[in-house]
Amino acid sequence: MAHDMAHHESNTKRIWYVFFLLSVITIVEVGFGIWKPDFMKATFISMKWLNWFFIILTLVKAYYITWAFMHMEGETKGLRRAVVWTAIFLICYLMFILLTEGDYIYEVFKAGHKSWDF
Amino acid sequence: METTVANTGTEGKTWGGGNQPLKVTYGKMMMWFFIVSDALTFSGFLAAYGFSRFKFIDSWPIADEVFNHFPFLHGVNAPMYYVALMTFILIFSSVTMVLAVDAGHHMKQKKVIIYMFLTIIGGAIFVGSQAWEWKNFIKGEYGAIETKGGQILQFVDTNGHRVALHDIAIIDTHKNRMQHERKNGVWYDKEDALPSYTVDEIKAGFAKRNDLLIRTQILTEEGEKTILSREESLRRINTDAVGIVEGANLIHNEYGTPLFANFFFFITGFHGFHVFSGVVINIIIFFNVIIGTYERRKNYEMVEKVGLYWHFVDLVWVFVFTFFYLV
Repeated sequence: MAHDMAHHESNTKRIWYVFFLLSVITIVEVGFGIWKPDFMKATFISMKWLNWFFIILTLVKAYYITWAFMHMEGETKGLRRAVVWTAIFLICYLMFILLTEGDYIYEVFKAGHKSWDF
Repeated sequence: METTVANTGTEGKTWGGGNQPLKVTYGKMMMWFFIVSDALTFSGFLAAYGFSRFKFIDSWPIADEVFNHFPFLHGVNAPMYYVALMTFILIFSSVTMVLAVDAGHHMKQKKVIIYMFLTIIGGAIFVGSQAWEWKNFIKGEYGAIETKGGQILQFVDTNGHRVALHDIAIIDTHKNRMQHERKNGVWYDKEDALPSYTVDEIKAGFAKRNDLLIRTQILTEEGEKTILSREESLRRINTDAVGIVEGANLIHNEYGTPLFANFFFFITGFHGFHVFSGVVINIIIFFNVIIGTYERRKNYEMVEKVGLYWHFVDLVWVFVFTFFYLV
């Protein structure tokens, strides 16, 4: 226990810094959500730039929560990869499959083979 | 941190179980793996939500119009401000949690108690806010008409402002009838609660007011809902309207497709349940800290473990916030 406590110097400063960062990102997100600038309405890979912007900021927030608050940065490489890579790869796969399929069904509805707006 | 498990006589034997490649205790590692599996559960829900959303990409309800309430500001259009505040509260309770963990590393019992207490308060406020959001969503605001195909038709005036059902309906007192309940009808039969108005009352009111138009679920290029012309509106309401929708439940939703309501209830409900259980676990650990359990154990790792869970709940909310309210 004694040796363990030795490298736990207080990192309150970093905690408050991360809190500041997360708050700023949230405020920016809400600001853009209300403002909805026209120049971000163009689409990129079937999604508006605005939405990409939100998703990227969300991932930044997720990174800081996991790395700073959950102290992932202090864990061994093995644990970090076991947790993060597993989640990331499975989620990317799942998202790809389901969103592609959802878009396909949208096209089927739009083609008018099935009437649904009545 | 070898304190939680008794020594087994394998220390130092690399191939005999005396090696800790991940350099964490059993409890913490299992908390991490639980979090991974829980994260995948939430991703499954959110991916399913994404699927349905892509399926109805041009007719999905607009979140800004659905979640625009703020406590004590009745009738003010305040899109997202309240949910932003909730997000802020949850992030702050994450901060107090990590401060509690930090204080625990330095064996400062008093500080851990204060920070744990603040975390619990933050969590409780968040769950309460979530309940309030649900209440507003279930109650609804303007009401709408449902068509044969399950489409939602909403009412606007010529300026594009929403008009509520009670401003349209011309009440026909001869047609009022009681809800059929077990106590006042055939004993084995009952029906759902009746809406405040009948379709005919709305049709009559709509025909009288020339300034009223119908807004469909279909989104235009600009991402706004399509407003029909007066003739088209009249045709639509007279041929297609079959029911009145006020508020939202799992079957009907005045804001648009019922799937939106289903996913909203399910995902925020599941998340809210996590927050609730997190608060309960936090309270248990909080009392353990007060009675000095971890002082005697000479380490505060339990605070760290419950902290991991609490941060995870915050992490999930960050994604739910993005996909339900922003995107």
